[in-house]
This record gives sequence, C-alpha cells and structure tokens, in this order.
Amino acid sequence: MHPEELRYTKEHEWVRVEEGRKARVGVTHYAQHQLGDVVFVELPGTGDRVEAGKSFAVVESVKSVSDIYAPVGGRVVEVNAQLEDQPELINEDPYGKGWIAVIEMDDPAEINALLSAAQYKEHIGEA
Amino acid sequence: MLRTIGVASVEELFCDIPEELRFKGRLDLPPGLSEPELLAHLRELAGKNRHLDQLVCFAGGGAYDHVIPSAVRTVISRSEFYTSYTPYQAEITQGVLQSIFEFQTLICQLTGLDVANASMYDGASACAEGLIMACAHTGKARVLVAQSIHPEYRLVAETYLRHQGIAVDIVPCAQGVVDLAALAERLGTDVAGLLVQHPNFFGHLEPVREAAQAVHAAGGLFVVAVDPISLGILEPPGAYGADIAAGEGQALGNPLSFGGPYLGFLSAKEELVRKMPGRIVGETVDAQGRRGYVLTLQAREQHIRRHRATSNICTNQALNALAASAYLALLGKEGFREAAYLSFQKAHYLEARLRELSGKPGGLSRRWDLPFFKEFVIQSAVPAGELQRRLIARGFLAGPSFSQVGLEPDNALLVCATEARSRAEIDGFVEAVKASLTE
Repeated sequence: MHPEELRYTKEHEWVRVEEGRKARVGVTHYAQHQLGDVVFVELPGTGDRVEAGKSFAVVESVKSVSDIYAPVGGRVVEVNAQLEDQPELINEDPYGKGWIAVIEMDDPAEINALLSAAQYKEHIGEA
Repeated sequence: MLRTIGVASVEELFCDIPEELRFKGRLDLPPGLSEPELLAHLRELAGKNRHLDQLVCFAGGGAYDHVIPSAVRTVISRSEFYTSYTPYQAEITQGVLQSIFEFQTLICQLTGLDVANASMYDGASACAEGLIMACAHTGKARVLVAQSIHPEYRLVAETYLRHQGIAVDIVPCAQGVVDLAALAERLGTDVAGLLVQHPNFFGHLEPVREAAQAVHAAGGLFVVAVDPISLGILEPPGAYGADIAAGEGQALGNPLSFGGPYLGFLSAKEELVRKMPGRIVGETVDAQGRRGYVLTLQAREQHIRRHRATSNICTNQALNALAASAYLALLGKEGFREAAYLSFQKAHYLEARLRELSGKPGGLSRRWDLPFFKEFVIQSAVPAGELQRRLIARGFLAGPSFSQVGLEPDNALLVCATEARSRAEIDGFVEAVKASLTE
C-alpha cells in the first residue's frame, strides 16, 4: 500500500528520489481512495518553479477538489501528460503510471524532512 | 395550531428574545383589505405604469420587443416546470434536466461554440463572468473592454472584477465602433481577454475578425457579447474567432417585463469548460444503458470548490431559459432567420423614413452613418429626454437616451424596429417624431 523505499508528506504526497537531484511526485493510495474517482488533473507547466509546502497541482474528483503540495522546492522538469486523458491512472496505479510531476530539487536535503513509510502509516492510523 | 405544537400563545414562541429587545406597540400598517378591495387597489397602482399594450415600442438598448408565440407561455406555465425546484436530484427531475440540456445545446448551435451553461442572471453578468473565465484560463490580471459595449455591462464587469485584483482598461471607440489602433496600443502579453459587443450598443457592426486576431496574437482570449436574434443573419461568434460568447437572452421568447427577470447565456470552447461558472447539465447513460441527464462538473462550483471557484453563482434562470428554448423550437431555423431578417429590414425602412426628415425643422439626423442591425442612434435639436416624453404622449416608446445610460450628448437616443413592428406603426412613429420635433 505504501512502498517502503518512498518518502511521504502529511498531505499524502509521495516522493521517489531519482538520479540527478530529481524527485518524482504523486499522491498516495490513501489519498486516491479518499478522493474517489479522479476526473481531472490540473498539471503544472514544465519549467515552473515550485516551493516546498505550496500548491503546485490540483486533483479533481467527482466530489471534491484538492490541492497537491510540492514536497520539495525546485523546478518542474517533467509532467505526466497521460493524466490529461486518463486521470483515473491516479486511482489505478498511484505509485506507477499515476505519477504527477518530476521536480529537479534545489536542495536534496529537503528530502530528510519528509516521512518514512512507517511514519506515514502511523500518520494515517495504519501503523 | 398552537395546541398542536404544545404552545399556549404566539408570544411564547418568542421567549428566547429578551424582553427589552421586543418591539412594543403596533406596526404602522393600514387595516386589512378584502379581496375585491385589494384587487382594486393593485389595479390602481399598476395603472400608473404604461406598458406595451398602450405604447408601441421603438426602444432598444439590450432588451427588445420581439414577437413571442402564445405557445411559449403555455409550455412554461405547466406546473411541472413552473413550480419545479433546482434539479439536484437527477432521479426525479429528468424532464427539467433535459429541457436545460436542450437550452445549452441551442445556445451552442447559435453561437458556434462547444459548451454552454444552464444560464446566468442576465447579459451584463454573463459578460463579466466571461472576462473572469479569460483571467482564470490565462492566469493574467488585465482585461480590455470596448467602450462601445452597453454602458451598464461595463459597470457590472467593473463591479465584478474590482475586488478580484483584475484591471479593466477601456478601449475607446472612434465614430461609433471600437478603435483598432487604440486596441493595438492597449494590448500586451499581460492581457487575459478583450470584450466586444457585436452588434454594439449603438447597433453597429464591429471589426470582430481584426479584434480577434489582435487579442489572440497578444495571448489573450476573445469574449463577444451578442444579441441572440442577430445570429439569425450574422455569423456566429465561434466562426470569427470568439473563445467565449455571452449575452442577453431576453429577446428569445421572454417579454420585456419592466426590466426582468432576464436571461444571461454563456458559451465557450471546450477547453474552457472547467473555468465556466454556473450549472451545467450533462447527458449520460444510467446503469441500464438508458440516456439520462444530470448536473455535472460540479467540482467547478462554489459549493464544492469554495474559495477556488471562479464564481459564486449557484443558480440559473431556468424558466426564462425554457421560454427561450420553446421560442426557438416553435420558430425553427427558418422562422428564426426570418425574425432576424425582418427586424433588419424594418429597422432599415425606419431609418430610410426618418432620413426624409433630415434637413427639415428639428435637425434630425443619424449620429453615425454606419451599417447597423436593428437599432441606430439619432440626434436632434430637442434634448432626448424631452423628445421621449413627447413621443410617449403620442403613444410611442423610443430610447434609451444616452443620458439614461450615462453617456453624452444629451440629444442622442437609440431607436429600434423589430419584426414585431408593422409598416403602419413605423409610419405612425415617423409622423410622431416629425410632430414632436416641431412641437
């Protein structure tokens, strides 16, 4: 449900650190379950600058609209254009095909402030 | 009733309000009237107004006296429509939802755009919301508005945008249409959109193709306010580059009613649908594969999006929209085209007859000699308000005058002729103008 190798935020985003100071970001299984069927994703633009803790994308489900907060600060270098036609990928494969964006981190040390899988599970009451 | 709810007196119901705050004494109301006395009193009050059973209407300026087939009233008077509440529960309001879906479809067909909502309060607020959509879509905070739009539409747009941090710049008009050179000067990469009315407030046709190209080149959207009847002979906004179309739908099957209730419509290209305010009805299939209708894309609206919604409208003008749909269905494509063409012809007949009066005492002339659809601006030696009074005394309504909408000069006013005007009425009006000028 919540892969061990990822880092998490209290607002239910996950981060996978990749080569070259890159952080791939999405929302957790818990988040997609709470949201219900995702019908639309407002993606950031490639090249946009993002700040840790500030909203950088919006996910819309049938019953709600949720801000997605950048877990780390930096520059958006890639967005998942597939979500434009298939927003349901967030529900079906939140950690794989449902990724939202890749951020090139200004300060990779910001990762250390994020939650581990165990800490996240405790946060959502699953520990 | 008191006994049923277990209370001894009406006063007991107010026991939570402190004694010192309660109103003591009697309300200053006259004694009650019996039903016949009341009817007589209301008749007396209503008699102070003069309406179109008593005056022949040559007034324009955004609301018009067009022919409304009697069947429209019959359709909207059905209690299923007339007393229906908002169709939140799709399972029990398929009829209302379908009627709204048909209205939306008709607006898309008329305006040549992809999506339309279930209607807005009126043309002015629909235009304001169109500008807000442009800002939401582009992320920019400045809009341009042509000076030749209805002055009240401009005031409403300014009111809507003032506290949202959006700057409204007016593009002046030269000789009764928007000045393209002035537009070019004011455009910039920070402009979210441009609002132009076509035909404009003065009745003239605007250079919409050039305006569309100019605002698109600058990265902004083109918002057009249209008279829906004009779409019976003019090109639809979608064909000349509009991204958003808005306007006043009163002319479609709704009477003048002393100013309301009226009917705003709003349509746009598909990619803008998520920025569109108001209710939207969608067509879908149920679990058994049967076609059904439902309020959709509700995550745009303020009851879900809250502060992130682009608007706080959460209603529509359902009965007026139904009247518009019934009107269009009754006229059909041919009838609609005819209504537009006859309005055009009769207004031009009016203009030709009035032109016979120029050079005669009274100094009547057209303010601008430009192509127009069904209304145009005249001026004379008589102040417009006085001319209007003299015409009313002779049984004709003309206007609005420029002064009535905050414009100058005070001797200019609009005159309009629709398909509803007979030749005898137009000739009578011209005689009345002639007499009024030399009174």
